[in-house]
Amino acid sequence: MKAEGKIVKYGDNIDTDVIIPARYLNTSDPKELALHCMEDLDTGFVEKVKTCSIMVAGDNFGCGSSREHAPISIKESGIKCIVAKSFARIFYRNAINIGLAIIDCPQAVEEACDGDTFSIDFDNGSIVNQTKNKTYKIHPFPEFIQKVIQENGLISMVKKQFS
Amino acid sequence: MGMTMTQKILAAHAGVEKVSAGEIIQANLDMVLGNDITSPVAIKEFEKTGATKVYDQNKIALVPDHFTPNKDIKSAEQVKVMREFAKKMGIVNYFEIGQMGVEHALLPEKGLVKAGDLIIGADSHTCTYGALGAFSTGVGSTDMAVGMATGKVWLKVPEAIKFVITGKFQKWVSGKDLILHIIGMIGVDGANYKSMEFTGEGLKELSMDDRFTIANMAIEAGAKNGVFEVDEKTREYLVEHGNKVFTEYKADEDAIYEAIYSIDLNELKPTVAFPHLPENTKTIDEVGEVIIDQVVIGSCTNGRIEDMRKAAAVLKGRKVNKNIRCIVIPATQKIWQQSMNEGLFDIFIDAGAAVSTPTCGPCLGGHMGILAEGERCVATTNRNFVGRMGHVKSEVYLANPEVAAASAVTGKISSPDELK
Ligand code: SF4
Repeated sequence: MKAEGKIVKYGDNIDTDVIIPARYLNTSDPKELALHCMEDLDTGFVEKVKTCSIMVAGDNFGCGSSREHAPISIKESGIKCIVAKSFARIFYRNAINIGLAIIDCPQAVEEACDGDTFSIDFDNGSIVNQTKNKTYKIHPFPEFIQKVIQENGLISMVKKQFS
Repeated sequence: MGMTMTQKILAAHAGVEKVSAGEIIQANLDMVLGNDITSPVAIKEFEKTGATKVYDQNKIALVPDHFTPNKDIKSAEQVKVMREFAKKMGIVNYFEIGQMGVEHALLPEKGLVKAGDLIIGADSHTCTYGALGAFSTGVGSTDMAVGMATGKVWLKVPEAIKFVITGKFQKWVSGKDLILHIIGMIGVDGANYKSMEFTGEGLKELSMDDRFTIANMAIEAGAKNGVFEVDEKTREYLVEHGNKVFTEYKADEDAIYEAIYSIDLNELKPTVAFPHLPENTKTIDEVGEVIIDQVVIGSCTNGRIEDMRKAAAVLKGRKVNKNIRCIVIPATQKIWQQSMNEGLFDIFIDAGAAVSTPTCGPCLGGHMGILAEGERCVATTNRNFVGRMGHVKSEVYLANPEVAAASAVTGKISSPDELK
């Protein structure tokens, strides 16, 4: 699996309340949620994802509420992968469970600027910042999580039990 | 190498002798919880699994509490999805308006969670039940769906941080101040992926309501769960709420902790978390002059009977400042009735406060007290993120119920000591 694209970069402690504010949680329609993704932090986000497909952020990304609407809205907005210094745990498992790729790689985040181009290779475990011409190694996921990702999320994996 | 309290509960539910930090296990569930925001998503995913029935009709709790009583048509549609699913699947613990309460106050009160249980909930504050010596943690809707279908959850076994509590609370200091103090000390990701385990002779000073408040906010330090050692108070609470049989787990002597903190309750002061993170704490003597517009007393953090009593004791015979809207929300129907019977509502209403039926309401910026641009609110809730209670340029200050009540009287963040 590979992902390549321009990055949009944010800071530390991006919580799920700003990713998708509660006032929009009276719906669970991914398309509607995507329209409001990140708007309390960055009103230009929906415009930006037309050209950026990788989100980069600091520590503790996705902290706060467990709303799966947060990773759903990010995925639906067109973001292919999130690279952060670290993730809050509920967000981390929600992203894995819905098949949204996420990577923690503090150094790649530290050295990246908004608008740089990343190319990520999940199979050989690397992030290349093409703009800065630098390569970073990424940790492989634990075996179970790899399996969830390979099967494109937890639901497809569980489905087999019931068919 | 021994196991922590959390690791023992996880091992028992994974059917193995031993687990160690970092390992991924499949654990059996005692309870799966969802609310009106997370359940509709979970129900959609549940249907995709192909399951035709839930794993156990008694071990799922569905609580419409966030936007209820339904604030608009879309919210009504969401609750309708839940209600119909509950009916179709024969889910016993669906709580309709009139019986419902804020989920994390409701489940312990109904005796649905107990010591030694393993509980997941599609709500981040599911960690509240750690107060009872259970392992409980917040997950997303997909986990909830899979939990409802299979009765299992995948979990990475966490490391733990131990908090050894000693001493006694001073006046106007309670569980809220202790947990705010801890979050201020270790930060909003200070316990990320880890368990927070509470022990020490000071636990006997903590009422069950204090413990619920503390475990509730473990997530605000990023923790996977917060768990209290079971003692006489826990046992009493469990029996009183219909649980005679439960399992107590104690950490092994040689359990590994990533860090151990000792906290002397005597040293704590009323503590307030400033915008926009729960870690931005100041003690009451450091807050300075912060003029406010609203006070909210309620939520799964501090909407229990003790909180109502504490707020009422401060408001008794006093008036809410004319510049303040003071909203009091008992967290469950039972707490509501108890408050009414104890005469607390007379005190609130005489003071000029509004009393609401149980709901999450303003806590998440849902309804019943949304803030306008530039407004400030002192709330007994658990989160003060940007825009949490309304406009992106509004501010939330987290405090205990007595500080919140005193602030309602003065119109600025205040200690009850400042009142005449
Ligand atoms: S009261 Fe607030 S924190 Fe608690 S469950 Fe409701 S919205 Fe969440």
